[in-house]
Amino acid sequence: MKSIEEINAKIREGSVCVVTAKEMKEIVTEMGTKKAAKEVDVVTTGTFGAMCSTGVFINFGHADPPIKFKRVWLNDVEAYTGMAAVDIFLGATKISETREFYGGAHVIEELVFGKEVEMRAIGFGTDCYPRKEILTSISLQDVNQAVMVNPRNAYQRYRAATNSSERILRTYMGTLLPNYGNVTFAGTGEISPMNNDPEFRTIGIGTRIFLCGARGYIIGEGTQHSPPFGTLMVKGNLKEMKPDFLKACYFPGYAPSIFLGIGIPIPVLDDEIAKATGIKDDEIKTTIIDFGVPRRDRPTVREVSYAELKSGKVEINGQDVRVSPLSSYYIAEKVMKELKKMIEKGEFFLSMPVERVKRNEIFKPMKQREIRIVREFMTKAVTINEDLSIEDAAMLMIQKNVNHLPVVDKEKVLKGIVTSWDIAKAITVGARRVEEVMTRDVVTVFPDEPIAIAISKLEKYDISALPVIDNKKRVLGIVTSETISKMLGV
Amino acid sequence: MLLLLRFDSKTVREPIISMTSIKTGTPINILKADVGARRGEIIVEVPEERAKEVEKILIEMEVEVQEITKTIARNDNCVHCGLCISICPTEVFRLNGENKVEMKTEKCIHCGACIKVCPTMALYFPI
Ligand code: SF4
Ligand code: SF4
Repeated sequence: MKSIEEINAKIREGSVCVVTAKEMKEIVTEMGTKKAAKEVDVVTTGTFGAMCSTGVFINFGHADPPIKFKRVWLNDVEAYTGMAAVDIFLGATKISETREFYGGAHVIEELVFGKEVEMRAIGFGTDCYPRKEILTSISLQDVNQAVMVNPRNAYQRYRAATNSSERILRTYMGTLLPNYGNVTFAGTGEISPMNNDPEFRTIGIGTRIFLCGARGYIIGEGTQHSPPFGTLMVKGNLKEMKPDFLKACYFPGYAPSIFLGIGIPIPVLDDEIAKATGIKDDEIKTTIIDFGVPRRDRPTVREVSYAELKSGKVEINGQDVRVSPLSSYYIAEKVMKELKKMIEKGEFFLSMPVERVKRNEIFKPMKQREIRIVREFMTKAVTINEDLSIEDAAMLMIQKNVNHLPVVDKEKVLKGIVTSWDIAKAITVGARRVEEVMTRDVVTVFPDEPIAIAISKLEKYDISALPVIDNKKRVLGIVTSETISKMLGV
Repeated sequence: MLLLLRFDSKTVREPIISMTSIKTGTPINILKADVGARRGEIIVEVPEERAKEVEKILIEMEVEVQEITKTIARNDNCVHCGLCISICPTEVFRLNGENKVEMKTEKCIHCGACIKVCPTMALYFPI
């Protein structure tokens, strides 16, 4: 057992033992986890791949007279301005309005390369910010802050792509040849950061990382984070980044994107971490999916390990298909070695997360107009208690102009339902209280279910309303066939 | 040796490749064919030492012959991502022991597929 403080003390003394994730595999195989845990203090992991969810916040300082940006372009690539006067966010995949094969990624690259870019803006012209337009050139030295903040980077693993259709597909996974002509995949497998800490014990919020040559930080789990397809949200100072670890690119038929080099040091605190960092490509599985089917849920062609993908050939339907990686192992290794050097030289200290990222999370699909859900059709339910008199229940129905009264207890938990038909029946049998006539076995729906499910339940049980409940059976509202017909116009 | 053969409306209708192969006793490997009703372009591979003989026969049969010497080149934009590897029909690209993408340019048939695919626009034909 070691602590981060002990490891940092060793870094300060210059006696720290750092190895790259690639070296660690061999060490663990040779020495076993116990010995490896004792010998090795830090394992550096790395990846270098196209990461579309990337962008930069820039603050330009004020012009004289000052301006509040309405719209702004850097080398004719538009940036987002809906913040304070001279703050912008430039996204990597935003396309230039004038130049082909050029976008936000290329502007970011030019800035890191120390070049000037043209800034053109129009302003609102307010009393406090009277200026209406400006045209100038800026470089990284001229701006106050230039901070890369990326909502989703460093995918732990990714689905590999192929194409069963008859035509060439140009995608963010590269060009996919027809009739399963090739397979492409992303991620660096066994050397990729999260695969070496799948429990997210040391990779978490606040962990200091290597981001394109600069010291950066993890600021949370990334968007669409869903381990083992984990992602990270990261930040780092663009002014400290090095051209070697960042490269603008353009996927024909798709958009610009940017290759980023990300390295994460993993402190070997105990045997368990040593074991985790010994992971090999054949233990890391993903699926090959078919881009020939233009749907969200693309069919899976087969399961595959990173070892098979990296071998350069995979078998599909009895044929050997050639495989292209999309991430550069060569530069990923450079990242690991550079980070190792920085730690050995005492330029980079490790930090423990201040909070852990989620280890389970589901990546939900987009809520679309066509798939409408129960919540949209839900109206307020008029609820009653089971000891209410039949008379009062009848009065309530007339007053509120409803035909259904869900019966609930003090906690709002559903106990039954009373309809106008039940009231009529109560009168003929001489019942006095609601509980004598209510239906106890109530058909219900959840708010997030597609409305189609509610419709089919209404039809199947030949009823005209369904209480909407949460998972504790508490009543949230009601959907009636009347509202559904009205809203769907049928 | 790679040869680019251009056929006109007359030559395009004759079984020139097989005839040349028989006459010279040389295997001719067709790498790329783009043949229409009035003209065609075919790229073939022939053994280096028989190239001159094959060329002579083809020219006699009124085919326009051009030796392909311009091969693919790469600038230092390349990040060694490997996307070109599975695209090239003649396996010009492969990962070497250092995980760099290595090129065997002598195998290039000048098809241009990789140029359109490379995300960093590192590949080109030198003029
Ligand atoms: S696709 Fe382009 S960047 Fe990628 S390895 Fe090939 S030449 Fe290099
Ligand atoms: S042009 Fe590119 S894809 Fe075509 S043969 Fe040459 S190297 Fe291969």
